Amino acid sequence: MTSARDVVVTGLGATTPLGGDAPSTWEAALAGKSGARTMDNDWAERYEIPVNFAATIKVKPEEVLKRPEIKRMDPSAQYAVIAAREAWKDAGEPEVPGERLGSVVSSGIGGIWTLLDGWDTLRERGARRLLPTTVPMLMPNSPTAYVSLDLGAKAGAHALVSACASGAEAIGYGVEMIRSGRADVVVAGGTEATIHPMPIAAFAASRTLSLRNDDPEGASRPYDVDRDGFVLGEGSAIVVLESAEHAAARGARVYAKIGGVGLSSDAYHITSPDPEGTGQVTAMRAAMEDAHVTTADVVHVNAHATSTKVGDLTETASIRHLFGTDADHVQLSATKSMTGHLLGGAGAIETVFTVKAVSERLAPPTINVANPDPELQVPLVRDEPVKLPGGDIAAINNSFGFGGHNVALLVQNA
Amino acid sequence: MANTEQEVLAGLAEIVAEETGLDAADVALEKSFTDDLDIDSLSMMTIVTHAEDKFGVRIPDEEVKNLATVGDAVSYIKGAQD
Repeated sequence: MTSARDVVVTGLGATTPLGGDAPSTWEAALAGKSGARTMDNDWAERYEIPVNFAATIKVKPEEVLKRPEIKRMDPSAQYAVIAAREAWKDAGEPEVPGERLGSVVSSGIGGIWTLLDGWDTLRERGARRLLPTTVPMLMPNSPTAYVSLDLGAKAGAHALVSACASGAEAIGYGVEMIRSGRADVVVAGGTEATIHPMPIAAFAASRTLSLRNDDPEGASRPYDVDRDGFVLGEGSAIVVLESAEHAAARGARVYAKIGGVGLSSDAYHITSPDPEGTGQVTAMRAAMEDAHVTTADVVHVNAHATSTKVGDLTETASIRHLFGTDADHVQLSATKSMTGHLLGGAGAIETVFTVKAVSERLAPPTINVANPDPELQVPLVRDEPVKLPGGDIAAINNSFGFGGHNVALLVQNA
Repeated sequence: MANTEQEVLAGLAEIVAEETGLDAADVALEKSFTDDLDIDSLSMMTIVTHAEDKFGVRIPDEEVKNLATVGDAVSYIKGAQD
C-alpha cells in the first residue's frame, strides 16, 4: 500500500558493462553474463600495471550522443545523461514544472579523464592549449548539472559524494527531497568513468583489484573462496523517483516503492569496514524502521559484495547479526560478479536491480561462485535467478564506501 | 604556412561544426557567431583555442570580442598568418 508522500520508482535507465540500457543490462544479469573483458590497450605493458582487464561500458557514448555533447562532457557526465534520458523516457516523460523537478546524480571520483588530460595538455603544450570547458567538465557535480540542464530540473541539482556508496546515497537524497516537499519528481542515480590507467594503477596500488588477467570473466567472484579483489567497472544508472500522489495522478506505471533510507558512518578506518559491522547494521535497521517493516518482511538483499574477503564477510555477518534466523529466508545476490564495480554508479545500478527484482519477483544470480566461502552466513543466489515470494515483500540494497559510508535502501512492491 | 581564405573558412567551419553540431556548410562568412550560430562565450573560447592550434596563430582575448562574424575571424586569422 502506498500513501501520498510515499516515493515510488517510475522510470529506469542505465548504460553499463552489461548493456546500453536498463532492459538489456537486466536481461544480461538474469542470464549470468559477465561484463569484464581484456582491455584493448597497452596500459598494463606500458605502465607496468598488474591488471589488463576491466568491466568496460558495452555501448560507447559516441554511438548514442551527438558529437558536440561528447566534446562538452566528461565521460562520467555522458554516461549519466544517456541513462537519465532513458529513465525519463521510460517514466513517460512526466509533465512537471521545472521548479518541482530535482536532479541528484553522484560520481565517486568525478571527471578524472578531463582532469588528467588537462594536466597532460598543460605539461606538453602549455596553458594556451587548455580548453575553457576543462573546469565544467572535471567538476564532480558536472553529471548532475548536465542532467538538470537536459531535463530542466530547477528544484535543485545535487551530487553527494561517498565513494562507492555515492549512487545509493544520491537516490536516498532524492527520496528525502520528495518527502520533504521540495520536489514531486527527482531524477537520481550515480555514474563513473574511471577506466583510465592512473586510477587502475592507483586501485592496484591499494591491493584491492583482482589480478586474474587470464580469466577476466571469472575475476569478480564475491563469496567464492578464491576471490582476490574487485573488477573495476564503469557506467551509470538513473531512476525516476516520484511522489506516489504525482505518479497516481498521471496514471504512471510504478515499478516499486522506496520505503526506507538508512544511513550511517563507521568512523573506524579510511578503507576497511568496521569488523563488528555496527554501522552496516545501523543503516539496514534504520531503512527497515523508516519503512515500518521487520526482518521477517525482507526476502532479498542486493549485497555490496565487491569480491574482497574482508568486505564480503563483514556484510553477511552484519545481515546474520541483524536478521537472526530470518536471514535463512533472505535471497542474497552479489551482482558485481557480473557488472564489476561501478564505484559511484554501483549503488545506482544495484538499486535498479533491486527494483527489478521486487517488481518481477526474481532475484538475480551471483556468478563465479565455484566454492562458496564456508563463512558465508546467508543463502546465496548462485548461477540461476531465484523466484521471490508473492504478497507484500521488501528488499534491501546495501552500498558501502571507502571512508566508512553505509547506505541501505529499502525497496517494496508498489 | 599561410592558408588561402577558402582554406581558413573551411578549417574554421570544421571546428565550429564539431563544437556546435551545425552543418559546416552553414558556417558562412556573413554569419554572426552569437545571433546566427547561437555560440556562447564558453563555446567561442573553445573555438578560438582550437583555431589557434589549427592555424598556428595567436588570437588574444581582447581581439575575440571584435570577431562578430565568421568573416571577421577568417580575416583576423589570415592577417595573423601573413
